[in-house]
Amino acid sequence: MGAASSVPQARIAAFDEMRAEDGVRAAYADIDRWLRATPREQLDAKRREAELLFRRIGITFAVYGEGGDPERLIPFDIIPRIIARSEWERLALGLRQRVRALNAFLADVYGKQEILRAGRMPAALILENEGYRAEMVGIAPPGGVYTHVAGIDMVRTGPDEFYVLEDNCRTPSGVSYMLENREAMLRLFPKLCAQHRVAPVGRYPEELLETLKAVAPARAGADPCVVLLTPGPYNSAYYEHCFLADEMGVEVVEGADLCVDDDIVYMRTTAGPRRVDVIYRRIDDEFLDPKVFRADSLVGVPGLMSAYRAGNVALANAPGAGIADDKAIYPYVPEMVRFYLGEEPLLANVPTFLCDREEDRRYVLANLDKLVVKLAKGSGGYGMMIGPHATRDVREEFRARILAKPGDYIAQPTLALSTCPTVVEQGIAPRHVDLRPFILSGKEIRIVPGGLTRVAIREGSLVVNSSQGGGTKDTWILEDEGPGEAAIQSQSQSQSQSQSQSQSQSQSQSQSQSQSVGG
Amino acid sequence: MLSRTADNLFWLARYTERAGNVARGLGVASRMAALTARLGAEADEWRSLVTASGSDASFYRKYEAPTAEAVVHWLVFDPENPSGILPSIEAARRNARAVRTALTVDMWEALNDTWNHLRALPPEAMEGEKLADFLSWVRERVTLFNGAAHDTMLRDEAWRFVHLGTMLERADNTARLLDVKHHLLTAEAEGAVDYVQWQAVLRSVSALRSYQWIYRDRLNPRRIAELMILRPELPRSLMACFAEVAETLEAIALGHGGRRGECHRLAGTLQAQLRYGRIDAIMEEGLHAFLTTMIERVAALGGEIDAFYIRH
Repeated sequence: MGAASSVPQARIAAFDEMRAEDGVRAAYADIDRWLRATPREQLDAKRREAELLFRRIGITFAVYGEGGDPERLIPFDIIPRIIARSEWERLALGLRQRVRALNAFLADVYGKQEILRAGRMPAALILENEGYRAEMVGIAPPGGVYTHVAGIDMVRTGPDEFYVLEDNCRTPSGVSYMLENREAMLRLFPKLCAQHRVAPVGRYPEELLETLKAVAPARAGADPCVVLLTPGPYNSAYYEHCFLADEMGVEVVEGADLCVDDDIVYMRTTAGPRRVDVIYRRIDDEFLDPKVFRADSLVGVPGLMSAYRAGNVALANAPGAGIADDKAIYPYVPEMVRFYLGEEPLLANVPTFLCDREEDRRYVLANLDKLVVKLAKGSGGYGMMIGPHATRDVREEFRARILAKPGDYIAQPTLALSTCPTVVEQGIAPRHVDLRPFILSGKEIRIVPGGLTRVAIREGSLVVNSSQGGGTKDTWILEDEGPGEAAIQSQSQSQSQSQSQSQSQSQSQSQSQSQSVGG
Repeated sequence: MLSRTADNLFWLARYTERAGNVARGLGVASRMAALTARLGAEADEWRSLVTASGSDASFYRKYEAPTAEAVVHWLVFDPENPSGILPSIEAARRNARAVRTALTVDMWEALNDTWNHLRALPPEAMEGEKLADFLSWVRERVTLFNGAAHDTMLRDEAWRFVHLGTMLERADNTARLLDVKHHLLTAEAEGAVDYVQWQAVLRSVSALRSYQWIYRDRLNPRRIAELMILRPELPRSLMACFAEVAETLEAIALGHGGRRGECHRLAGTLQAQLRYGRIDAIMEEGLHAFLTTMIERVAALGGEIDAFYIRH
């Protein structure tokens, strides 16, 4: 499948999640039958229908300043990505462990700094890091939670090989796609969905709201006022901000909607000022409070940090949480697991070379054609080089950049990201995917079984970021087979029957009504 | 409710209603222009339409004369006219997008589909022979949106600010439409052209049938004015709109434990004035003077609502 010969760049032998050497993997059996049974035109029609659906609901991400349509669709691939329940359970255990360690690390670096005193991490790496917020020292967020919502990017390279590619501890986005992709699949392929026992993801907003309420200041009582703080409609994830707030039943506020008086945060409402207890902020640290961080921030709230310090409002995620997902800190996460939890890490890291270290740098420069080089501070797939795919000129350019600012770069071996069958121009072909599950930390850790699967639509491409032309797929965690579904279906059928009877009644009613009006 | 949300809902409704009203006005004007072309009165129609839209100053800065082409361009897609159909839908959707969470799916889809369709439409599809079809499509879309709001919104504060916006805009539109034709309703002349003009005035608020239904008699300017100003049965009359405005403001106040301000007083005064007004007295005082005052007070009321609920 796919015209492999037309790819100019070195192809990387990747693990195919659907096909093993001896046939189709068990979890994909029904998907394989469905793909065989469905004519190409029908898949194309469904693909167009999906696009229309997304455009209609307005699920777009905003790209301003590049010309063209500022409201773009992320391509949605209609073939779901399957993960067996047993595989997921193992992942979930590892994710819980990792996020517990990341939160412990954050509490430590803004508290006693024991990991530094124990000499397990170089102090300069943390204290001189841009992501480190000295303003947070001495502030104890409720429950010791810093990264309430974490998105951990996972890649798969074999039947039992998963790696953490990246941690996202600040304001990870994409969860709305996890939810909307499922909605789209249910609308487009009800039969296919019914054939599988897919773990539901719909309760994520509820879990998020409970997580946020759990970290409210004590005085807020049983029903704290939670809001979502957005930079506004021009932010690329604005759709998601509104979607989540709507699902949770909380207000989406912009900086100008909030004010701080006497260290208490209020929002401006039609009934006057109303006190706010928890802010799920989706704006970056630098813009939170112009009095403390960037003075030119127009989207922040003056005085917010002072209210936070006074314990009058909770911020999720906590300012400064970004230090934990810095790419230069990443190599130390397994060490955090051992240090804070006394456990062996369940999830593997990708071996990472910090160009700031002399021996690492020497290795990186000697192996540029084999490695992926990334900006330590970058995100969104910008400013990276995939060695095996790069031209000599690009590699030389990166060599010069690394030599000029070694601290800005890290490098990793080029991983053969697993592939999933994907609808492309030429037919159905394997494309590389990753997975971002979302981990919620409040009084307890919760993970909704699923996540955002991103797929690199371009053949051979290993870059899945939406800003780089990546698409998404629905991610199905398949429950074990069992009875129960048939019973639910027959029930809903009998319901709709009795409804249609009363409908015909109301029809005759409306008829007689229109007659009397028209008469 | 968040003040910004209330503001967005209010304007979302005003802009949507405005787009529908402009489409309605344009439809009637092009029909009239066709009917009066022979009599050389064609330009009057287009001129009064620009005046009714309240954009005389900016229009004549850009165009020399109110030709059909110029006025259609101005009122349909000129980005310099914030009250044109396209810019209004654009503004409505911008407001809607900012408060997605406060809208029902039906409302959002009604508006978003309209916007998606509009921006994909070539200009040729909105002019000339296609104009009439385009205008009735716009009216359908606005009706769909209003119906979606009416049928699916929780009757909470969000609904009230939407409804407030719709009603205030509608009152403003009726007053303006009537005002540009006031001379037709006060002069004694009763030629064939006048009769067609009166029909046009009624048509522009979809009230030609309603007139017959209420008066069961031939058209008469005094009654037309009465219908459009004082009759509560006509949903686009000033009386009907202001009854809704006052009631809605009252409901908002009750939701806030009786917190009231200048906007409540002003709305109540306007409602009382219309409720107890008589058409004879209005005509004697001068229809134009009366309508001018009305238009000013609608603007003042909008300002007071803003001051009390939004920018406090």
